[in-house]
Amino acid sequence: MKNIVSKLTLEQYEKNFQELHPPLSYGSAKAESSRCLYCYDSPCMKACPTHIDISEFIKKISTDNLLGSAKTILKSNWVALTCAKACPVAVLCEGACVLNEKGDKPIEIGRLQRYVIDNYFSLGMPALFSKKPSNGKKVAIIGSGPSGLSCGAELALLGYNVTIFEQSETPGGLNTWGIAPYKMRKQDALNEVELVKNFGVNIKTGVGVGTDIPFNELYKNFDAVFLGIGLGESHALSVNGEELPGVISALDFIEQVKTEDWSSVPVGKRVAIIGAGNTSIDAATEAKRLGAEEVIVIYRRSSQDMSAYNFEFNLAKKDGIIFHFLTAPEKIVGKKFVEGIECIRMEPGKPDSKGKRSVLPVPGTEFIIPVDMVIKAIGQEAQNDFISTIPDVKFVGRKIQINSDTYQTGNPKVFAGGDCINGGKEVVNAAYDGKMAAYGIDKFLGK
Amino acid sequence: MVDLSINCGGIKSPNPFWLASAPPTNSAYQNCKAFELGWGGVVWKTLSHPIMNVASRLGGFDYSGQKLAGLNNIELTTDRSLEINLKEIKETKKLWPDRAIIVSLMVESKRETWHDFVKKAIDTGADGLELNYGCPHGMSERGMGAAVGQVPEYCQMITEWVTEVSTIPVLVKLTPNVTNIQIPARAAQTAKAQGVSLINTINSIVGIDLDTLRIMPNITGKGGHGGFAGPAVKPIALHMVSQVATDPEFHLAISGIGGISTWKDTLEFILLGASSVQVCTAVMHHGFRIVQDMTDGLTNWMISKGYNNLDQLRGKSLTGIDSFGNLNLLYKAVARIDQSKCIHCNLCYIACEDGAHQCIELTPEDGHNKTVIREVDCVGCNLCSIVCPVPECISMVRMDDGSQEKTWNDLVQDFKEESRELTWENLAEFQKKNGIVIH
Repeated sequence: MKNIVSKLTLEQYEKNFQELHPPLSYGSAKAESSRCLYCYDSPCMKACPTHIDISEFIKKISTDNLLGSAKTILKSNWVALTCAKACPVAVLCEGACVLNEKGDKPIEIGRLQRYVIDNYFSLGMPALFSKKPSNGKKVAIIGSGPSGLSCGAELALLGYNVTIFEQSETPGGLNTWGIAPYKMRKQDALNEVELVKNFGVNIKTGVGVGTDIPFNELYKNFDAVFLGIGLGESHALSVNGEELPGVISALDFIEQVKTEDWSSVPVGKRVAIIGAGNTSIDAATEAKRLGAEEVIVIYRRSSQDMSAYNFEFNLAKKDGIIFHFLTAPEKIVGKKFVEGIECIRMEPGKPDSKGKRSVLPVPGTEFIIPVDMVIKAIGQEAQNDFISTIPDVKFVGRKIQINSDTYQTGNPKVFAGGDCINGGKEVVNAAYDGKMAAYGIDKFLGK
Repeated sequence: MVDLSINCGGIKSPNPFWLASAPPTNSAYQNCKAFELGWGGVVWKTLSHPIMNVASRLGGFDYSGQKLAGLNNIELTTDRSLEINLKEIKETKKLWPDRAIIVSLMVESKRETWHDFVKKAIDTGADGLELNYGCPHGMSERGMGAAVGQVPEYCQMITEWVTEVSTIPVLVKLTPNVTNIQIPARAAQTAKAQGVSLINTINSIVGIDLDTLRIMPNITGKGGHGGFAGPAVKPIALHMVSQVATDPEFHLAISGIGGISTWKDTLEFILLGASSVQVCTAVMHHGFRIVQDMTDGLTNWMISKGYNNLDQLRGKSLTGIDSFGNLNLLYKAVARIDQSKCIHCNLCYIACEDGAHQCIELTPEDGHNKTVIREVDCVGCNLCSIVCPVPECISMVRMDDGSQEKTWNDLVQDFKEESRELTWENLAEFQKKNGIVIH
């Protein structure tokens, strides 16, 4: 890559990546918890995909029962710290807070939840849950991301012998590697892994199923297998020049940033991000915070169509990110490295049956944006090559097909949850899937 | 033009806002500062015999994130010498001739000693005296304060010792730690006092430290009961003021005390018969400056309602106070929920379901719960409208046409005239006739 940004000072990096939502103090947590109305059958609880009894845990903060509060949270959600920090609360629990309807500021549920779990971790995770006696049955979990951890924790408490196989040397999946550092640091995710390990879950890291060991070995040696494998490679742009140095996938880029060795992450002075989802916003703001002078998000549809949440879009705008809507990349220009990206203007066509407009290129509107780096953020492929090696597990598009009650795949011994069944959603959805799949497995093996 | 000036038993001040005898009125520095900010009067921190205070005198009662819903104290009378206090009172009165300075006294139960203190206090040029028979801690162990206030005979006797030599108005400060506050108030009247001040603080233990298991405040492992004040005591104080004000045998002026923090609180005490009000906890929390909003708010309210002076308001709400037996049993009200204002917190539902009469239906609608009152079962208790966090969302609607009235006393009289016994069956017949359903 040419025109790499010069290194910032350590203080500058820390400042750029400081938390967007800092922790609450004891006093502010108490005050905020006292503001909660303690609704009955509360809408926030229903809006949470894991159905944490939110008004209950907040009530417990107000009475200084922080351990009880932690238990209320964790019994519904084993990755509650990640959720507290990375959930799009504005469209989930906080969006459902009745105070919105009253015209008041909603309760800061995410920050209160973080307050409780931070406290619980700082106390060294004292035991809150009791395990059922071992039932002698073994379950293998592939992937130590949020769905795998949730499934593992739940099963371990039900008395199962659980082994999680993780291909990376560091566990935690996207909780560890995929969340912008100004939302959450790696250590938070690793603490959650510790919590699950404390229940006796065995996590084998650096072991890729399908590469290091065959799937069949698990299938034979375990009573059930849970697939928490997430999605695979980033989608290719399929344009010329994609192979040039300076082109990187958003997930790879974000993972480099998550090493927190910021000065080692190469960033161009001018960076183009292709795609306008929440991952693109993460990549764009992280590039900016690493010192990129100009960061441009290129999206072929209009701003109304982008999948990024409004609060993410606003964050990007605050960071000075430039958005080119109705603009599609045609090719990446450059001889030995990225020098620019050739784009074409798009115009909206007729809306389809779902109301989504197609977009069509406007001939003759090609133009080149000079950039030094291109980050691809147009979604991920499913791991269909791997999935197709498992008998009777079916997928449609990017989603493994499951029974929505039991999370069982077409193969009765194989269950699945998280991004690999929903095509890529929030951590909290994966947390719920993992928990529900554990119940499905228990139902299956308990017969 | 609104005139806020008052005359409380002969003690005049430009507004009804006085500082109660307490830590805020300890010194000339404080009282002069209070006057500068607009207080109409001060009751100087009680003069007494030599005492010593302990460190750690106060304990706060917080509720649901709100600091100082109540304040507990074990501070005694002034710990500065009599000479210094008398000198400062004299100087302050000279500087502030238009304000009321009332000297609070608490003296051992000897006639000559009281005479001596009263004369010295009058010599300062003070406008009145307040006899502290209320202090519930410390001084009462030495036969003063509440030890006097709780025995009407002592209250009368000592007040007579004061009034027989005093040339300025005398207020008697009453303790609420009695069964019937009317009795000591009448004793003060019999002894020819010009008014009463109430309530003093309520016996209290403010809380226990759950780490040390000691009560608060903790003085090297020990503590004792104190006197409770602040917003939490206001309803008790309002009741006691009304009890004294509605006593047909009682005719003196009242200085209202107990949890007064705002102009609204002030109005409530005046409407129940107080001429002046005394403030302590609110000032200990936020300083003397609060008088500015109190004055301003009271003035603005009076202008908006068309009142010119406080005489027009004093005791105005007393006419509505009656015994339960005279309340109309045929008044029928039901709760009604304004669905356009409902935020779906369901607090009305759970309160009614568990704490009242199970007459709110919770039905899923559009992704939330809709709460609807089952009016035939609603007893009109108010609970749902009280717990609802949204103003004007739940209103209590009158259902009877107002043409019928029957009180419990009427009913008992009717039964008597009809020679019927007061039985559940006979009562049920009355209820049935009037469409009253008991669940």
